[in-house]
Amino acid sequence: MRPRASIRSHLQDALPKIVLAPSFAITIVFVYGFILWTIYLSFTNSKTFPSYAITGARAYQRLWGWTFDTDPPSSWYTSITNMGIFGFLYILICLALGLFLAILLDQKIRGEGMLRPIYLYPMALSFIVTGVAWKWFLDPGLGLEQTLHQWGWSSFHFDWIKNKDFVIYTVVIAGVWQASGFIMAMFLAGLRGIDGEIMKAAQIDGATTFQLYRRIVIPLLRPIFLSAFIVLAHLAIKSYDLVVALTSGGPGGSAWLPSNFMYEYTFKRNEMAVGSASAVIMLMTIVAIIVPYLYSELREKPR
Amino acid sequence: MSAIASSSRQSGASTKVLNRVVIYGLLALFALFYLMPLFVMLVTSFKTMDEIQNGNMLSLPKAPTFEPWLKAWGQTCVGLTCAGIKGYFWNSIKMVVPAVIISTLLGALNGYVLTKWRFRGHTLVFGLMLFACFIPFQSVLLPMATILGSLGRFGVSLQNSIGTSLGLGNPTVNLIFVHVVYGIGFTTLFFRNYYEAFPTELVKAAQVDGASFFQIFRRIMLPNSMPIFVVTVIYQFTNIWNDFLFASAYAGTGDAMPMTVALNNVVNTSTGVVEYNVNMAAAMIAALPTLLVYVLAGRYFVRGLMAGAVKG
Repeated sequence: MRPRASIRSHLQDALPKIVLAPSFAITIVFVYGFILWTIYLSFTNSKTFPSYAITGARAYQRLWGWTFDTDPPSSWYTSITNMGIFGFLYILICLALGLFLAILLDQKIRGEGMLRPIYLYPMALSFIVTGVAWKWFLDPGLGLEQTLHQWGWSSFHFDWIKNKDFVIYTVVIAGVWQASGFIMAMFLAGLRGIDGEIMKAAQIDGATTFQLYRRIVIPLLRPIFLSAFIVLAHLAIKSYDLVVALTSGGPGGSAWLPSNFMYEYTFKRNEMAVGSASAVIMLMTIVAIIVPYLYSELREKPR
Repeated sequence: MSAIASSSRQSGASTKVLNRVVIYGLLALFALFYLMPLFVMLVTSFKTMDEIQNGNMLSLPKAPTFEPWLKAWGQTCVGLTCAGIKGYFWNSIKMVVPAVIISTLLGALNGYVLTKWRFRGHTLVFGLMLFACFIPFQSVLLPMATILGSLGRFGVSLQNSIGTSLGLGNPTVNLIFVHVVYGIGFTTLFFRNYYEAFPTELVKAAQVDGASFFQIFRRIMLPNSMPIFVVTVIYQFTNIWNDFLFASAYAGTGDAMPMTVALNNVVNTSTGVVEYNVNMAAAMIAALPTLLVYVLAGRYFVRGLMAGAVKG
């Protein structure tokens, strides 16, 4: 009797691990294994097809060289400059606008239940739909410019979407439109979580509304700033579809982000090693942002 | 004394009114900003081409026509085939439904194990799965393409030898697989955080009574998991429906394209006259399923986004 019971109880003990194992194995192989595979490819001389002879860091050397190729700018130079502009403005404006709207909505607004979903619905749309909508709206011949001309403001000129120096800013506009409502919702949830007593006490001490927010509320929202930053930073680095749908890459690839660079070089220009190297650089950027965050979130907290 | 006080109170009251006006004004202005593109898309999709070229973008259609919607659904050209986007719409459905079901069920089981049947190293396992949510998919795109390619060739040889490819090499099956693989991180996160707050004593008591691993899951966990199932299903549905990167990499051409890729092709087709009204109707059709979900279950949608953003 005893051995059978122990086999059964062994099985019972192992069952949770057996259930979890497929998911974990899939993650290890298709996430971490594939990442290693991509890293490996970035050290080969792969062009159209993968080649598995290590040829050193040539792909990185080329990327490094292109980083300073400004005249005419290399696609890589354009991509990382755009990433800087887009990432900086997208995160900053989303945070500022999100906080601003959340504070406005927190002033006991009638109709809040109607306004909130209006601010937030773009997040339910795909980047492709967002891109199509804004492409139309920003088109000089059809959209905003044309409309204002018809209304009599004939000197109004807005052709950023066709201008290689400004096209990246249209990506910022569409990106902010899509994500800022969500950031607002995060801040609003944070504001609602603040203890009303603290606010009351400060008001009794004679603090003006501005002081109240600047000195007390905003510092209390610090964890939300961090979460929102993480969300926005990783959305920004992964942005790919928006550039494709809104600008088709912009005039001469002038709207490319590193994700577009990776796709084009890997699948269209037959420079697989260079494409893989750019993917590795994107991954490293995310790792630098996410890993410290996850580590601090998952550390065993004293309960 | 009292006169001063009352006048200051009065000026206080009028500043207050002014404040309210400014606040409501700003809120309305931003509401316009968010609604504008959708409004323009919607009115344009009901206009004739003539009215689009000569009229104002913001004006309502003078003679609303449903023609562009019908054309987008049944006739418009995607690449070289001119049979509308309806086929691609169904492609997306066929891809989304199985991918959502499989990834959600796996997430529920994983979350259950990671909270109620903990083992040494459970945090590490969860951490590794969680990080997978954040990787830029560019870093796995190429190896996955290689693997899917060789599975496809294997499928062809199966087809030749035993008469069925078992779905290997079918782009829709490939996309289901890819979305499950890169979705379980999120679904596991959702369920883990939800079950974390679920009283472990109940599970312990059931164990003492001799209930097995799956009995506890079916009888105790599942009946109490409705809200998180809704959140997870909505989150996965939106994400998978809206995906473009995997779709264009693994089903970027041919009849198996999902909706997002087809829409991008419709809009960027450069042959002939660009029919903006049809483009806008196609975009609306592509947006409708997720918008509908948002309208019907907005609360759960937001909760899913938040759960994806704030870990605990």
